[in-house]
Amino acid sequence: MIEWVKRLFGQPGSSVTAKERLRLVLMTDHLELAPDIIESMKRDLVDVISRYVEVDRERIEVNFEQQDRALAMLANIPILSVNRPSNGTKVPAEAAPVEAAPVAAAPNVASPGAQGATENIVVRRRRRKRKNQAIAPGTNPAPAH
Amino acid sequence: MHQLQPSFENAPERAKPLGRAIVVTSGKGGVGKTTTTANLGTALAQRGASVALVDADVGLRNLDIVLGLESRVKYHVLDVLEERATLDDALVADKHSEKLFLLAAAQSREKEEVDTEKMRALILALRERFEYVLIDCPAGIELGFRNAVAGAEEAIVVCTPEVSAVRDVDRVVGLLGNRFRPQLVINRLRPLLVKKGKMLSVDDVNAILRLPLLGVIADEPEIIVTTNKGEPLALRKDAPTGAAYHAIAARVAGEDVPAPMPVTKETFFDKLGALFGGKKA
Repeated sequence: MIEWVKRLFGQPGSSVTAKERLRLVLMTDHLELAPDIIESMKRDLVDVISRYVEVDRERIEVNFEQQDRALAMLANIPILSVNRPSNGTKVPAEAAPVEAAPVAAAPNVASPGAQGATENIVVRRRRRKRKNQAIAPGTNPAPAH
Repeated sequence: MHQLQPSFENAPERAKPLGRAIVVTSGKGGVGKTTTTANLGTALAQRGASVALVDADVGLRNLDIVLGLESRVKYHVLDVLEERATLDDALVADKHSEKLFLLAAAQSREKEEVDTEKMRALILALRERFEYVLIDCPAGIELGFRNAVAGAEEAIVVCTPEVSAVRDVDRVVGLLGNRFRPQLVINRLRPLLVKKGKMLSVDDVNAILRLPLLGVIADEPEIIVTTNKGEPLALRKDAPTGAAYHAIAARVAGEDVPAPMPVTKETFFDKLGALFGGKKA
């Protein structure tokens, strides 16, 4: 009986969905980057880091969030091993083989609770470009303030 | 251009400082720009300020309806801009507030016919006569928007708690830039839906927009009733929403009063739902 009443009243809140959709849509609005460009940016980022440490490509999370009307890119990249798996020694960047590994198809779906002994690299990158130039102040006759 | 110069028959003493020109905008249509303009103008006038409301939505005139002045409009903005009427001819006195005047939009004309520079001069002429000039901006970000913001110095952006409205406000704020120091009115909020996690909250909206909040207006049936009658709700200071508009007006005037927030009115069934673990999300 209680379960039935609960079901009657307890539908999940759609405001969470709204918030997430809004966050994603504004992210692309502000970045002026198509989702496939974000994907390839993500791939390049991982390729560079893979030259130095072995990372878990399946569990990479790249997110964008608003910080004081500026956009920040947050990348969470689990490290599997500090050494390159190939020879165990430091490899000069140029010599490192760069695998064109596929990135998880859908962005932002990686499980947040990353298990296993991993360190996370957090790359923070401030990037903010207003999509449009502000309207030129023009020749306002009384530029008060 | 002669009637745009400060040479009106009953022009006040020249030394008076210019009034504040505030554009009410949103990007998206149907969020309540016109209702906000009418009610804020009424509340400011009820406080004793002289207020001119300018309907910049050329082609889709609405502000006169919300104020109940549609039968009194003889001339419109374009008549003044194109020198067929003086500003004094075209300004319509409000029925309820003696210091409130309306300059209606042209109904059978198009936004493209408005000259931006002349619009700017018109707003300046109004600022010489009124303490507040509120400009009701059309939806969109095209020429109509640019004409509406041309003479303004400040902006009030109206947003409803919806994904599309927030996105559009974000875009408009980007277009406005810092010069207009935009302030936010959140309109049509339904506190109960927010409580149930079914509507974006004030914090959700402003976590994205990050604008100074003037106030929050609830989605009340009485707004529809008052619009039907052509009597802005701000005339009724005793009604919660009327009081909210007065609080917003006080904040616009620079008074340090808290931003109005709608309160949740829970029904018996809502309480019952909460008792049985209604999802808050």
